Amino acid sequence: MECVFGMVGKGFALVVADTSAVNSILVHKSNEDKIMVLDSHKLMGASGEAGDRAQFTEYVQKNVSLYQFRNGIPLTTKAAANFMRGELATALRKNPYMVNIVLAGYDKETGPSLYFIDYIATLHKVDKAAFGYGSYFSLAMMDRHYRPDMTVDEAIHLADQCIEEIRSRLVVAPQNFVIKIVDKDGAREHSWRRTTKD
Amino acid sequence: MSIFEYNGSALVAMVGKNCFAIASDRRLGVQLQTIATDFQRIFKIHDKLFLGLSGLGSDAQTLHQRLVFRHKLYQLREERDMKPETFASLVSAILYEKRFGPYFCQPVIAGLGDDDKPFICTMDSIGAKELAKDFVVAGTASESLYGACESMFKPDMDHEELFETVSQALLSSVDRDCLSGWGGHVYVVTPTEVTERILKGRMD
Repeated sequence: MECVFGMVGKGFALVVADTSAVNSILVHKSNEDKIMVLDSHKLMGASGEAGDRAQFTEYVQKNVSLYQFRNGIPLTTKAAANFMRGELATALRKNPYMVNIVLAGYDKETGPSLYFIDYIATLHKVDKAAFGYGSYFSLAMMDRHYRPDMTVDEAIHLADQCIEEIRSRLVVAPQNFVIKIVDKDGAREHSWRRTTKD
Repeated sequence: MSIFEYNGSALVAMVGKNCFAIASDRRLGVQLQTIATDFQRIFKIHDKLFLGLSGLGSDAQTLHQRLVFRHKLYQLREERDMKPETFASLVSAILYEKRFGPYFCQPVIAGLGDDDKPFICTMDSIGAKELAKDFVVAGTASESLYGACESMFKPDMDHEELFETVSQALLSSVDRDCLSGWGGHVYVVTPTEVTERILKGRMD
C-alpha cells in the first residue's frame, strides 16, 4: 500500500511519499526514505518492489552524478526523466524494474517540473501525479483543490489534506509520510507527518 | 485486460481533396484511472508526414524515438524527406523485426506524397499494412470510429469540411469508449500549411 504523490507550485515542486517498508503483514520499519535526492535540484519519489526501487534509484542517482562529473553541467529534469524512461524501457522486455517514479526538478531556464514515469516506461510531464492505492484518494483531492500557482503553504496544506484522506480511507494506511520540496534553492526535506515513532 | 487497452487511445486519419487530416484523443490512462488529459499521440515526422501511434504508451514513445532517429539518418544520407509510402514500409519493417516479441502499437501514417497526393495507411502491431483511399482508424475506439467515419465520409472534401467531419467522427466515437476521450487533437495538412486544433469534448 505504498503512496507517492507530487505536485507543481509557483516556483517549486513537491513530492510526498509514505515511509513504510512492508513485507506481507509485517512492517519492517516506518522511516524508510523513498524520495531520493538525485542532485542539487532533483527529487525522485519511487514506489514499487522494494529491491528494484532501491537498486534502480541508486543506479539513476549515480549515473546522474557521472554525467555531471564528465560534462561539468548537470542534467536538466527532462533529460533525467528521459534517461530513466530509457533504462526502464530497455529492461522492460528482459528483466523489468517494478518501480513507479514521480520525478520533480527545478531548472533555472524552465522552472519547476514534474514527471510521471510508470513501471512500463510511460513518460509524461504533468502538474500532479500519484501512484499506488493512495492515488485514488490523493489524485481526487488534488483534482478538486489544486491550482497552477499555489504557494508553498497552500501546497503543503493540500498535501496534508491528501494524507488525511489516505489515512482515513485506505484500509492499511501507511503510518508516516515524508514531504520533500525542490525550488531554486535546491532539493531538501521539508517535513514529516508521523503517527508512530521509529 | 489486453495490453493494447492498458492506456486507451483513439486515432483516425482521413483523406480530402489535396489534403488530409489526422486526429487523436488526449487521454492517458492506466486501466481505469486517468493520469493526464494532454497526452500527445500524433507526431510530426516532417512537414508533410504525420505518424499517430495507438496502443501501449510506452511502446508508442519507444517506437516514435526509433522512427525519428531512422528518418533523421535518412535525411542526412538522402538529403531529402522520406516519402509517406517509404516511411510506411520502414515502420512495417521495424514492427516485423519484433515479430515474436512485438511493440504493442498500432500506427496510423498520413502524408502528402508525390504531387501532394494524400496518402494514409494503418498497420497492425506486427506490420501488416492496410492502405485505404478514404480513412483509417486505430485504438480502443476503433470499432465506433469505423462506423462513424463510414457514415460521415464523403470523397474530395476541402480542408474545412474535412476538419469538421474528422472532429465529429472522433468525438462521437470516443464518447462511446470509456478508455479514450478527454478532448481531441486534430491536424489538417494541406500542401501549403498545417493547422493544429484542440477539440473540447465530453471530459469523462
